[in-house]
Amino acid sequence: MSKNGKVIEREDVVVKFAGDSGDGMQLTGNQFSDASASLGNDLSTFPDFPSEIRAPQGTVAGVSGFQVRIGHKDVETPGDLADVLVALNPAALKSNLKWVKPGATIIIDIDNFDNKHYKKAGYVDDPLGDDSLQGYNLIKAPITGLSRATVRELNLGIDNKTADKTRNQFVMGLLFWLFNRDIEDGKEFILNKFGKKPHLAEANIAVLYGGYNYAETIEALSTTFQINPVKNRKGKFRQITGNVATAWGLIAGAEKAGKELFLGSYPITPATEILQELSNRKDLGVKTFQAEDEIAGVMTAIGASFTGKLAATSTSGPGLALKSEALGLAGITELPLVVVNVQRGGPSTGLPTKPEQSDLMQALYGRNGESPIPVIAASTPGNCFHYAFEASRLAIEHMTPIILLTDGYLANGTELWKLPDMNEMPEIKTPLVKDNDPDYQPYRRDPEKLNRFWAVPGQKGLRHRIGGLEKSDIYGEVSHDPYNHEKMVNLRQEKVDRIANYIPEQTVYGNKEGGELLVVGWGGTYGALHSAVKEMRENGSDISLAQFNYIYPLPKNTGEIFSKYKKIVVCEINNGQFSTYLRSQLPDYKYEQYNKIQGLPFYIAELKNKFQEILEDK
Amino acid sequence: MENTHKLTKKDFVVDGPVKWCAGCGGFSILSAVQNALPEINVPIEDIVFVSGIGCSSRFPYYIETYGFHGLHGRAAALASGMKSANPKLSVWQITGDGDAMAIGGNHFIHLIRRNIDINVLLFNNKIYGLTKGQYSPTTPKGSVTKTSPHGTIENPFNPGELTMGAQGTFFARVIDKEPKVMKEVFIEAHKHKGTSIVEILQNCVIFNNDVHEQVTGKEVKDDRTIYLEHGKQMIFGKERNKGLVLNKGYNLEVVTIGENGITEDDLLVHNAYDPNPNLHYMLGRMTYPDFPVAVGVIRSVKDTTYEVMLEEQVEHEKANSKIKNMTDLLNSGNVHVIE
Ligand code: SF4
Repeated sequence: MSKNGKVIEREDVVVKFAGDSGDGMQLTGNQFSDASASLGNDLSTFPDFPSEIRAPQGTVAGVSGFQVRIGHKDVETPGDLADVLVALNPAALKSNLKWVKPGATIIIDIDNFDNKHYKKAGYVDDPLGDDSLQGYNLIKAPITGLSRATVRELNLGIDNKTADKTRNQFVMGLLFWLFNRDIEDGKEFILNKFGKKPHLAEANIAVLYGGYNYAETIEALSTTFQINPVKNRKGKFRQITGNVATAWGLIAGAEKAGKELFLGSYPITPATEILQELSNRKDLGVKTFQAEDEIAGVMTAIGASFTGKLAATSTSGPGLALKSEALGLAGITELPLVVVNVQRGGPSTGLPTKPEQSDLMQALYGRNGESPIPVIAASTPGNCFHYAFEASRLAIEHMTPIILLTDGYLANGTELWKLPDMNEMPEIKTPLVKDNDPDYQPYRRDPEKLNRFWAVPGQKGLRHRIGGLEKSDIYGEVSHDPYNHEKMVNLRQEKVDRIANYIPEQTVYGNKEGGELLVVGWGGTYGALHSAVKEMRENGSDISLAQFNYIYPLPKNTGEIFSKYKKIVVCEINNGQFSTYLRSQLPDYKYEQYNKIQGLPFYIAELKNKFQEILEDK
Repeated sequence: MENTHKLTKKDFVVDGPVKWCAGCGGFSILSAVQNALPEINVPIEDIVFVSGIGCSSRFPYYIETYGFHGLHGRAAALASGMKSANPKLSVWQITGDGDAMAIGGNHFIHLIRRNIDINVLLFNNKIYGLTKGQYSPTTPKGSVTKTSPHGTIENPFNPGELTMGAQGTFFARVIDKEPKVMKEVFIEAHKHKGTSIVEILQNCVIFNNDVHEQVTGKEVKDDRTIYLEHGKQMIFGKERNKGLVLNKGYNLEVVTIGENGITEDDLLVHNAYDPNPNLHYMLGRMTYPDFPVAVGVIRSVKDTTYEVMLEEQVEHEKANSKIKNMTDLLNSGNVHVIE
């Protein structure tokens, strides 16, 4: 491979692929990400698809996107703005131009830039005819035409419609050139994907080379990028989405508890992949039950928990609302249950494919009666694994339902994730009872944790009855006694509060001794908040970050941390739910807020602006 | 210490009081269940009673087995989770007409469609008892209740129709006053592999006293009900002279033996095992006064069950997959080793 043009070494590059939802943009993005990962780059991806599966072709509503950021150092977010945009039609260009950096390289499929497509995309004037694209490095590649021609020449009897499906390989070829990659690596991906269909493999490979050769011949791509591998990084890595990581974390929890995993669930965007992934893991003894509705999803899980399985249910906001009565039941029967809520824009049906952190209040308080349920949150796609495991551990060891919050951004985004060593993960201690234990009583508790014990049908000499009516202390009989009720309410509360003794302390990134400004976030905003704080620290700002994963109960040192900073700003993708919660839990501190409710993640630039403002406003 | 003595009714009787109203039909049903269980040859610790909310749903507290008193309408889902998770258990769901036909209607049909091996005892007293007397989805049209002071304007559900419509494999109907029949039918329900729906015509002395009496009353029962037994002719009546035939319009018709040249041989013979549900459907929906109400096992057909197929899939995958544990899974597929 010889190149004459200029090669620019970059720390990171953001590439955005955009086309019709049927154009295979997710696949192209994944292929590019995987190739980057195998070269040792770090990466973070984020797909952006319309909520209609096939919105009208060529329209802005039908544009599907995939953003990937690859880097030579740790990559924590898919990036704010793109350095390279691939737009397969005018609608893709129109909807993405605002997310592109000045001077970016924009590759368009010129064959789709005609009046018919302009009209569908809602362009009044030819965007190539005015100056709207000035200042960009615009590559007008005849992607459709050249792909078809390449396929036709092979004489494999492939029609144009099928040939058009190879267009993403043309794009891939272009990008391999643009990023100084070995084209042979791209070939391997195709051979793996189309192994069983040799003529499709041949066509795709030919088009891949076609794209590469095209790039080589045109002057416009004379400047290429080089992203070196991450230094000092060793181990096994894989790209993983938050949803798959969540599913796997639950399996790991079951394995470490010596239990089988049972998931009762109903399909709902953006949580469905958890059900899909687990339904494919019967080899590890996982049983999934696709229920008739959200309520049956959680009720089957509660039934499975009663029989001694690690039981889970997965959902998103509207589904969590439907499950709330059942969560109260799991709470009063004190059975382990992991509830995964992949948050999306609300209220009601809201923005099904867009991320938001607006279910926090629902998770904390959305039930009738005094019904405390612990809440934790994952903060990266990869650590969904860890927190799903943690949710399993806390649910079983403390005999309680627990809510794990992730969001659509974590769920569908990927990161390059270092594989955990299962030998290093802790055992989960199940509070089992021996058959015929004469001391067993359904509501007798562990004196430290206050959990009751898990006697299950099939065990001899432990028969008992539980249910949603208030139970007498220790014996678990139906009781309407006023003092007993108060006692039981307090016991259930105290049991959850004591979980604070069994979770790690809150950590701070930055000035641990205290300082001017503490940024507080929770869950999926970690990447953007950490990047913003890091960049500002590198420029000398006195700013630190506390990103919370344990929400309820809060880590015990939370107040101590807050006391060390002059200012605290709580940043959330909602209207201020965590800050409201913090004001109720730790009222001694003043919390400023930064909230965004656009169905979009935080961008690093906007955060830095806000933090700068707060720092300057002394 | 629990030993393996032969179980008797006493083993299933709880210490505490049973808190239904005196004279409630629930008592005789409870007693029939306690009589049936020692005969099903299942260890007592493998039996679970699950319920929803309502008078009948207090049942699990009144029987000395594992029990779970669930949420209104959701017992079918709760029980489905238990049986799918542990197919070894003998799972019994107790429900009422409000619990199963109204708030739990969705779970009811989906349980039946999946054919999970759960025995459902549906206490049908055609009224809401626990909330003190509102009409239910099985209350006859026109009935005056607390929430229908001018008579209901809704068509009632017939649990048999719903069961057949949801591809049910077992449906039986019994009367709370007939302990022997109840016991036998409960045992049949247990033996059936798949969802068994047993509708029990239960009397609520307080809010709907004698609602079934016009059909099940001592004086009229023989003429207004027909006891169906597999392989036997469909014959009924005090004089044993009435029966059922299919007329030319393919509808059921009540005939009298000796009239119009009808002999006993002309009567339909009950085939509970017939996979074709059409006749079972017609039998299940017969109502007084046009027809006798069918009691006994109306339908009992073999089919695959959900929990067994699920277990088979799990075993098959376990045996054939290279992935045996979490470490295998982590290392499967596209792993990048960076050195
Ligand atoms: S209200 Fe009716 S159904 Fe309920 S316990 Fe009393 S008699 Fe039985």
